[in-house]
Amino acid sequence: MHHRPVGPPGPRRRTLLRGMAGAGALLALPGLAGCGSRRDDPDLVTMASNRANPAQREAIAESVGNFEADSGLSVEVNTFQSTAFQESVNNYLQGTPDDVIGWFAGYRMRFFAERGLISDVSGVWERNLRGAFTDQVRDLCTADDGKQYMVPDSTAPWAVFHRRSLFEERGYEVPATREEFVGLCERMRADGLAPLASGVREGWPAMGTFDHLNLRLNGPEFHLELLNGDHSWDSPEVRSVFGAWAELLPHHQADPLGRGVNEAQTALVRGEAGMMLCGMFIAHSFPEEDLDDLDCFAFPEFDAQIGADAVEAPIDGFMLSGEPRNPEGARELVGHMGALKSQEIYTAIDPQALPIHTEADTSGFSALDAKVNDMVVNAGALTQYMDRDTRPDFASVVMIPALQRFIRQPDDIADLTASIQRQKASIFGH
Amino acid sequence: MVSNAPSPPREGATRPGEGPPRRPGAARRRSTGLRNGRADRITLALMLGVPALLVVGLVWLPAMVTVALSFTRWDGIGGLETIEWIGTQHYVDAFTIYPPFEPALRHNLVWLVFLFAVPTVLGMFLAVLLDRELRGGSVYQSVFYMPVVLSLALVGFIWQLIYSRDQGLLNAFLAVVADAPPVDWFGDPDINLYAVLVAAGWRHTGYIMLLYLAGLKAVDPSLREAAAIDGAGPVRTFTRVVFPALLPINLVVLVVTVIDALRAFDIVWIINRGRNGLELISALVTSNVIGEASRVGFGSALAVIMLVISLVFIIVYVSTMLRGAHR
Repeated sequence: MHHRPVGPPGPRRRTLLRGMAGAGALLALPGLAGCGSRRDDPDLVTMASNRANPAQREAIAESVGNFEADSGLSVEVNTFQSTAFQESVNNYLQGTPDDVIGWFAGYRMRFFAERGLISDVSGVWERNLRGAFTDQVRDLCTADDGKQYMVPDSTAPWAVFHRRSLFEERGYEVPATREEFVGLCERMRADGLAPLASGVREGWPAMGTFDHLNLRLNGPEFHLELLNGDHSWDSPEVRSVFGAWAELLPHHQADPLGRGVNEAQTALVRGEAGMMLCGMFIAHSFPEEDLDDLDCFAFPEFDAQIGADAVEAPIDGFMLSGEPRNPEGARELVGHMGALKSQEIYTAIDPQALPIHTEADTSGFSALDAKVNDMVVNAGALTQYMDRDTRPDFASVVMIPALQRFIRQPDDIADLTASIQRQKASIFGH
Repeated sequence: MVSNAPSPPREGATRPGEGPPRRPGAARRRSTGLRNGRADRITLALMLGVPALLVVGLVWLPAMVTVALSFTRWDGIGGLETIEWIGTQHYVDAFTIYPPFEPALRHNLVWLVFLFAVPTVLGMFLAVLLDRELRGGSVYQSVFYMPVVLSLALVGFIWQLIYSRDQGLLNAFLAVVADAPPVDWFGDPDINLYAVLVAAGWRHTGYIMLLYLAGLKAVDPSLREAAAIDGAGPVRTFTRVVFPALLPINLVVLVVTVIDALRAFDIVWIINRGRNGLELISALVTSNVIGEASRVGFGSALAVIMLVISLVFIIVYVSTMLRGAHR
């Protein structure tokens, strides 16, 4: 007890300080990320990636490795867990962000462009990406000033997923219309299955159902205008969406509000549920040997006038920070990430991602990838997802509680839409 | 959850004349205290002044900025010139058109009542038992205190394993024992608050137990002996003699519990971001301010409402303490 530890106490204090610095870095997560020592190196480009799954890390590393070999520049990739990154992105972009930042196309990118937090990359589009993307994709990467602020590289579309073997075993037919869809749900229930796997504890997965019903009942144009704040939420159109949803609710897995989206996916994997409206990210939860059995179809048609060709295809890509430290290198890097070869390399490794380059080689696709890719290519309209197509404060603060309330008490739709409209007016200012 | 509660005051047990003085150095120190040298005074001023400045700079100033921001509309991006003054609009909105607000207030109140009714009483009870110095007391103490030191991520994970509807331990157990249908512990807004309160109480019990244990150790044993000689049983000794002597600890526990109830946050945030039956003011503040939502003004208004509620309790506490010091 009485003898002192051998050696000076210095190292200990340093360890402690390092620990504190570590804790600080955790708190200020991305804020400190750029403080690497190699920052002054003119041949260095830094990149923040929000793709943190093992497959995604590997895919990014592969693609970046190619860039380093081709360009002679070196790239420092800082990977952030996707949700944590979203929660701190506003502060991150205002601090000392990396040169290149992985992000989402659509409203959430436009917002940063409008506030001057990211840089114009229309030069890269002109130089390297002429004809690489459809006009639709180009629009999604374009801000209100008509310039592009993002180079897209992949998409993870939504569809109704199911196990092919289950459908074959029981003789289920892929439904094309509302009646067939409801009929299939009833048959599955009679067979003791939960027709539609559902887990909305986190809130955001419920948005997918609203989006698809609105797209099928009121059309993509109305949907995007509604999310843009141009229409009232307290309208017969919106009420009809909730009405259709109320009809489908009994066919969803029981007690969805306490179930995480991962648990719902597990129900589909295990064959306890028949179908699930979900993004391609469901591929991550399927065991590799079962991936062949994963199949999907487009969310069925609810109105023959409107059809079923609008596809919810959230597009991911890369943007340039407001004042990149190495602008030329950063522009080269985003150009590289959007190039055909990089897209093919990336999407071959990440199971949820599909390339969106118009000339992407589809011959090596799995049957599922080919099917989803066809849906995207032949889509009448592409949407991103509710939380990417509208103001983030409206999506998370108003819509998530509202959708959860609807699932809890589906019988007072008029009151619900009136409440959404009051809050929407307060947030949008009209 | 552990708040920076002051260590329990000991004056209650060491009044002059009651038993032998515990710290022989105390008397000497007091006499030197009267003749503070110049160096002493500078040292004291620095040691108190620097923390005071830090607290003012890091706590009070931001609190005032929060109050100011609550009257504005601002998305947290861009300079101060983008701040738009809108008066009390946010407060009106919170009370009129923001559906989660009223449940959040109610849930914070339920949280407070529950913490007093169950974990505080239970923690006190455990402390009294452990104070009897039975064999293995430190083992029990560690077991009960463990939840307090577990990291928030781990606690969330543990309760997820227990409460999950499809794969949770509790539903599996109920199905085997009582053949009960699965209960949606996290999703049913009528019960999820109470399910979470069990988890929160689990931590609070250990904390309160430790506070009371420290307090009980400081109670002069001669008080108990005197009570025993006068023929009081253990229950009577506790309620009539020991508990009143614990007044300072009781005040600390009161404050700690109120503070814990007001800033309860971590568990509900992990479960469902404080929605669907688990609304709490702190979770609403967070979901409005952090992330891309960045409703800085609205979130600030909610935070100010929380501050006002806390102030009521703080003022009651401080004035009680000051009155105690005057006596």
